[in-house]
Amino acid sequence: MSIATTQKRGFGAVLWDYLTTVDHKKIGILYIIGGGFFFLLGGLEALLIRIQLIKPENDFISAGLYNEMITMHGTTMIFLAAMPILVGLMNYVMPLQIGARDVAFPFLNSLGFWLFFLGGILLNLSWFTGAPDAGWTNYAPLSVQSPGHGVDFYVMGLQLSGAGTLMGGINFIVTIVTMRAPGMTYMRMPLFSWTTLVTSILILFAFPALTVNLFLMMFDRMFGTAFFDIGLGGNSIIWQHLFWIFGHPEVYILILPAFGIFSEIIPTFAKKRLFGYTAMVFATFLIAFLGFMVWAHHMFTVGLGPVANSIFAVATMAIAVPTGIKIFNWLLTLWGGSITINSAMLWTLAFIPSFTIGGMTGVMLGSSVADYQYHDTYFVVAHFHYVIVGGVVFAILAAMHYWWPKMFGRILHEGMGKLAFWTFFIGFHLTFFIQHFLGLMGMPRRYWVFLENQGLDTGNLISTIGAFFMTFGVIVFLINIIYTAVKGEKAPADPWDARTLEWAIPSPPAHYNFKQLPLVRGLDPLWIEKTEGKGKMTPAEPVDEIHMPNGTILPFIMTLGFTIASYGFIYQVDHKGWLIAVYAGMAIALGCMLIRSLKDDHGYHITKEELEREAD
Amino acid sequence: MSHDHSLNPETMPEDPAKATMEGKHKFLGLWIFLGGETVLFACLFGTYLALRNSTAGGPSSQDLFGLELVFLMTLLLLTSSLTSVYAIYHMKNNNFKKMQLWFGITALLGLSFLGLEIYEFAHYITDYGFTFRSSAFGSAFYALVGFHGGHVVFGLSWLIAIMVRNAKRGLSLYNAPKYNTFGLYWHFIDVVWVFIFTVVYLMGMVG
Repeated sequence: MSIATTQKRGFGAVLWDYLTTVDHKKIGILYIIGGGFFFLLGGLEALLIRIQLIKPENDFISAGLYNEMITMHGTTMIFLAAMPILVGLMNYVMPLQIGARDVAFPFLNSLGFWLFFLGGILLNLSWFTGAPDAGWTNYAPLSVQSPGHGVDFYVMGLQLSGAGTLMGGINFIVTIVTMRAPGMTYMRMPLFSWTTLVTSILILFAFPALTVNLFLMMFDRMFGTAFFDIGLGGNSIIWQHLFWIFGHPEVYILILPAFGIFSEIIPTFAKKRLFGYTAMVFATFLIAFLGFMVWAHHMFTVGLGPVANSIFAVATMAIAVPTGIKIFNWLLTLWGGSITINSAMLWTLAFIPSFTIGGMTGVMLGSSVADYQYHDTYFVVAHFHYVIVGGVVFAILAAMHYWWPKMFGRILHEGMGKLAFWTFFIGFHLTFFIQHFLGLMGMPRRYWVFLENQGLDTGNLISTIGAFFMTFGVIVFLINIIYTAVKGEKAPADPWDARTLEWAIPSPPAHYNFKQLPLVRGLDPLWIEKTEGKGKMTPAEPVDEIHMPNGTILPFIMTLGFTIASYGFIYQVDHKGWLIAVYAGMAIALGCMLIRSLKDDHGYHITKEELEREAD
Repeated sequence: MSHDHSLNPETMPEDPAKATMEGKHKFLGLWIFLGGETVLFACLFGTYLALRNSTAGGPSSQDLFGLELVFLMTLLLLTSSLTSVYAIYHMKNNNFKKMQLWFGITALLGLSFLGLEIYEFAHYITDYGFTFRSSAFGSAFYALVGFHGGHVVFGLSWLIAIMVRNAKRGLSLYNAPKYNTFGLYWHFIDVVWVFIFTVVYLMGMVG
């Protein structure tokens, strides 16, 4: 393998390179492309939902299709868009930030990506035969009774992509614990790497609950078991508990990396070190811990009783404290800084008030008595879109502008960036602010139509108009990507005069990241060298050969095997002949595992001479 | 830097399983994975506890369980954990043959456990008509105990695969971490069984 990666290659070679890559940077980009694709798909579904609700008793799409639409919109956006894009960013940026040459398990990293991607494709293939229609929460017994194979696709698709996410989580934890550069102590780690660590811990403890839940659903639907079957003594509330034991940490899995992103961007563009770094780390842990203690606030109206409801209500409101710490620390970092306003910073500044509104309605919903009024209305829809769009999506878009130069060597166009921001930002508030009031007036979520002259007409119209603004913003962002790829301004190694290690190496970085591991002398290591007039990192080691892992096609084939087996599981209910697909798929997957386990793979070395030939 | 990972008394590090970077990663990675597995089994235990009295008129745990068989199974699995400790002990002494021998005994004990478990399930199904589908209790029982049994199957296949693969090669810094991570995984399976023995069988007998 040659170090020179600049020469032109054919499409086949590039495709093969990406199918077999174990480089965390390429896998990060794959995650972002895959997540971006599903984001567009989920956005399209959202637009169709809003068009259906543009006027009373509309019949733009049928009731059944509408149910599929809301289910797939939620599932896609959470599992296949927001989380993978964040995992992609973590994959790309975290090893660079801690001064590592790769992640701890490059093979698992690749396997995790392919499981996510083919799981997502499997789920979306259900559109051809009938998509899942029991809501993204897929509550039993509705989901057990749902006819056709839609819910089966939900179960198998999420099982695959969930397994991939779990692998990613384990990988990140081990990477951060064992592979930090010399001098990179825990309390010198950038906040984004910290949130990656804490998010990975959340993934580790939350996802197995989903795994078990999906297994129980699979057994009930495909093998006739009785977990959720009241007639045979089953209990459908088990689904709700397990779903939210996973599902509530999941929202922190989404928002903590977003917090990390803003904690990188604000110090960079305010030219000040992050205010209250230690408190920020502590608050991250506190949010993660409390995130596991509040799952039943999604179930206040189930009838768990006043004691359970009160405990979960208090725990829920307690989360406002560490979150508040973060909000004030960002504000105080900005205070007195010399602030640059660009696209990344606009998304960041817009995040603070937008997310705070979502947080406030969160506290309102956390009050278990008042929740009986809000439950399953558009108030809830407004709340979680304020935190997930206003928090996570804003963070992703900010991160795109911030790290794009590092990833692709070109700077996204500022003018188009600002246009996309303003239209999306205005559209977002148009769409969702009014939904608070629709909810308070009693409009239930997930309903296909609403009636005329009940005070809901104007609000829904405004909301739909807002959705078109957001669509316009996304399209401008896509045009920006294409424009930048063709004519964008070339990026230097450190276009933002930034503070952390990833900006100390070229844009885009060499595949081994650091020729010599850097010596880290404090928080914001690059900034320390800049303020002391040196401007670049001191190497912690002489130039020596670098050990690298070999690329491999096995993860892709293994995942293909699992996907084929999943298909077999779904259809063996109709015809036992499909069991052949189960056996064949599992044979492929297990065979790949066996090869992986038994075939020696020592990786390869980049020699000292090769490295010395490279210019600095 | 040497790329030869084979071991002799001069090159033998104190703990061959954790002497390389990859070995360290695998060691920590498996511990963290077991953290996730703990949640997985906790959820299955929770489900079982919620449904263990939902027999829907079918056989209950008191009707089904016999402590003699389960005691024997427990004995076999706990002993197999002990023999895997001996194997790792010999690994650290660079005695490959004895390590293979003790891992071989571990595999035999694991297989006997599995045989008894299959016998147990077959007994419940044929003599009591107690299946995965017959009641919520049945579903929860087979899900929990079956998941554990699945882990045993996976662990045994893994162990036998690496034992056969390395039979003629001896111990090296490359394969030592593989044996070591298997050992950790096997202990975890054992711990889960201790909980199954208590929560499912003992609590099932006294009601």
